[in-house]
Amino acid sequence: MAHSSSHTTHESNTKKIWIVFLILSVVTLVEVILGILKPDILVNYNFLSMKWLNWIFIILTIYKAYLIAWAFMHLDHESKGLRRSIVWTSVFLIGYLMFILLIEGDYIYEVYKNNRVAWDF
Amino acid sequence: MEATVIRTGTEGKTWGGGNEPLRASYGKMMMWFFIVSDALTFSGFLAAYGFSRFKFIDSWPIADEVFNHFPFLHGVDAPMYYVALMTFILIFSSVTMVLAVDAGHQMKQSKVAFYMFLTVIGGIIFLGSQAWEWKNFIQGEYGAVTTQGGNILQFVNEDGKRVALADFTTAGPATRVQHERSNGLWFTDEPDLPTYTVQEVISGFEANPNLYVRTQTINEEGEKTILSRQESQRKLEQEAVGIVEGANLTQNEYGVPLFADFFFFITGFHGFHVFTGVMINIIIFFNVLIGTYERRGHYEMVEKVGLYWHFVDLVWVFVFTFFYLV
Repeated sequence: MAHSSSHTTHESNTKKIWIVFLILSVVTLVEVILGILKPDILVNYNFLSMKWLNWIFIILTIYKAYLIAWAFMHLDHESKGLRRSIVWTSVFLIGYLMFILLIEGDYIYEVYKNNRVAWDF
Repeated sequence: MEATVIRTGTEGKTWGGGNEPLRASYGKMMMWFFIVSDALTFSGFLAAYGFSRFKFIDSWPIADEVFNHFPFLHGVDAPMYYVALMTFILIFSSVTMVLAVDAGHQMKQSKVAFYMFLTVIGGIIFLGSQAWEWKNFIQGEYGAVTTQGGNILQFVNEDGKRVALADFTTAGPATRVQHERSNGLWFTDEPDLPTYTVQEVISGFEANPNLYVRTQTINEEGEKTILSRQESQRKLEQEAVGIVEGANLTQNEYGVPLFADFFFFITGFHGFHVFTGVMINIIIFFNVLIGTYERRGHYEMVEKVGLYWHFVDLVWVFVFTFFYLV
């Protein structure tokens, strides 16, 4: 098949793989160090009712996910159509799920907190 | 003898199956769509975790205090080092996997086999690490008192350091025998009896004036609230109903019961994926050894299981963030 024969002349990507591994390790290290130090500036200030530290963690995580999907899972070599059907499906569905459940969880927290009935009896 | 084959003259053309939608082979595309659906399952779990955490936002356990063990470092507070190590192991086994795929593209059989072997080893080490993590979590370290309202009271000394029940409580003579199938009603039994009774803990607490009760409520500084000595005593005497040591699905010494439930379900479901990944990798490893893909002329199968293996790594990146960091 054309597909497999095109790969037989594939050149080695080992260098790129090790660079990606290095980036992933450094990002993980940064996350762990930030998680242990918990710098006051990042913990005490919020952005969109979430700590800056958590924003950094989530953005770094998405960056790691991008690296793994693009470099290790070879999404960059797939056709645009396949890539979009994978990425956008996940992004929209997961984004919606997170949005609706986190808002709801916060609402229930408010109900517990402001209710006349004590739930910790 | 050749079987009867009807040739339509369309072989290799679009209507003869010669077309590859999205320019990916059937197997690879289906692996991708399986991964997408599996990603939705995991995000369902993580979203449910987020929901419960937002619901108990001011009393959720602090992960740094729960997962602070490291092998051979007993009594040392080592928050997150161990999970960071596990993350490195998994990322590294992802790297060896992608190196195997890369070697497969160049049809280097022995190299593929070597990297597949390393990947399997990495997966097994990760599973072992997870088992150790579970053991620590289930066993617990300090023990706690449960209240009527279903909350957890923990004990600290004047420096705010956690104190284990065993450090200030002496177990009296056993008040009763555990009900087992062999010694009571044959059709029912009960879980292990706690080491101490509530009364023993309270009298131990009263005998040690430097002890304080720590509730689950998180204060302004993001730390758990420590009660004054009088409040501690009052709280214990009025509300304490039971002892909990370690964790199971109904209660745990760390705080909200849902915390342990989500820990078991999310890391367990992920660990199950790692386990199946290791199994599949072993099968593919032996296929590489006996030269199946060498005869087939391409190593696409290694690529497909590689996708699954990287996905397992990808999920762990998210579990790591949302369970241990955020």
